[in-house]
Amino acid sequence: MRAARKSYSVAVPAAACANKRRTLAVGVLLGGLLLPGALKTAAAEQLAPFEIVGDAIPLALDGLPGDAERGRVIVLDRTGGNCLICHKVPVASEPFQGELGPDLAGVGGRLTAAQIRQRLVDQSRLDRATLMPPYYRVDNLTRVAAPFQGKPVLNAQQIEDVVAWLATLKDQERP
Amino acid sequence: MKGWRTGLAIGLALAVWRSSPGLAEEASPSLHPATEYLSTGMKAEQADLARNRGMLWVDQGAALWRQAQGVAGKACADCHGEAEASMRGVAARYPAVDATSNRLLNLEGRINQCRTTRQQAQALAYESNELLGLTAFIAYQSRGLPVNVATGGPAQPYVEAGRKLWNERQGQLNLACAQCHEAKAGHKLRGDTISSGVGTGYPVYRLEWQGMGSLHRRLRACQLGVRAIQFDQGAPEYLALELYLASRAAGLPIETPALRR
Repeated sequence: MRAARKSYSVAVPAAACANKRRTLAVGVLLGGLLLPGALKTAAAEQLAPFEIVGDAIPLALDGLPGDAERGRVIVLDRTGGNCLICHKVPVASEPFQGELGPDLAGVGGRLTAAQIRQRLVDQSRLDRATLMPPYYRVDNLTRVAAPFQGKPVLNAQQIEDVVAWLATLKDQERP
Repeated sequence: MKGWRTGLAIGLALAVWRSSPGLAEEASPSLHPATEYLSTGMKAEQADLARNRGMLWVDQGAALWRQAQGVAGKACADCHGEAEASMRGVAARYPAVDATSNRLLNLEGRINQCRTTRQQAQALAYESNELLGLTAFIAYQSRGLPVNVATGGPAQPYVEAGRKLWNERQGQLNLACAQCHEAKAGHKLRGDTISSGVGTGYPVYRLEWQGMGSLHRRLRACQLGVRAIQFDQGAPEYLALELYLASRAAGLPIETPALRR
């Protein structure tokens, strides 16, 4: 079995100076010494700091205002949030909706925006066995594919946009 | 007072039967062949061999079975005779640990081992039509027979490795196979129904591929879906997982060549 990989790589700077052997050696050495720390910081900088209070994250990530219309697009977009792979939403024009997670109709009535934010960022903090992926976490993941290493599924603005749209779904009724 | 004796005898017999080393477990009643989740039309198409598109590969495999290959100039049939007799039930026992090399081999690996050592021919590339054809042709000889892989002895560490991978969260989406294919089998993922994770129909003709594909190709698609690093076809991780899937599917019928969405 392969060992779990960290979500960042140290191979990039060594390849960049592959022409001269001495430079390469120095590059590998420096890369090996400096890069994990540097990238860790970069990854950490990518994620806005947040504070969890109970089962909620009360403050918007990076203080960003969410846009509900953009959030709706992200929720429906298969290459964006792709939420409909597991959830139902009260949008009649979407024919194939998943049934693994809770129906999102009325979620804005059941939960506060702060609670929704927590569930998007990392639901596993509330339920270790959850099926819900962590949409704003980059650590403690195993074998992340190269294009996604060190990146959260959604960025801070996208999280806030999705929170904003889900918070508008107050009605349990389906169209 | 005769009842307790009978009860004890049955109990002992059951205990001995359950603990027999290497005896495959009974299929769990909660496991379903993926065919059960197919539309009526696709079910009919799979059952009707004249319309089953996977039979194109089975036919190709049947032709290869009789063709002399490699430096040895031998065909599979020269040693194994009629596949209908000699290969019946073989696929139901694979993957299996090869006694000589002590390596876990699936059907594809076994075919290639035979090619390189007996026929002295080049190994066939994974996912090539030739290897898919031969694998499908051999597995087809076990169609309807129950999966019955050995899980004890030398196979046990492989089963355990497969089980570990099955239960391990992976990828950016942080999901383990078991989370969907055990707990959520039969539920909808968008328009698709989640299977029980039994590979009993492979190689399969998959509509999404518009062609035949191996179980390992399908496993790669799952890893892509959870945004995990994909293993190569034939990788030891996939072989162990394939054996674990077969141990879970013990008792279910082989369905090759199956049709899948």
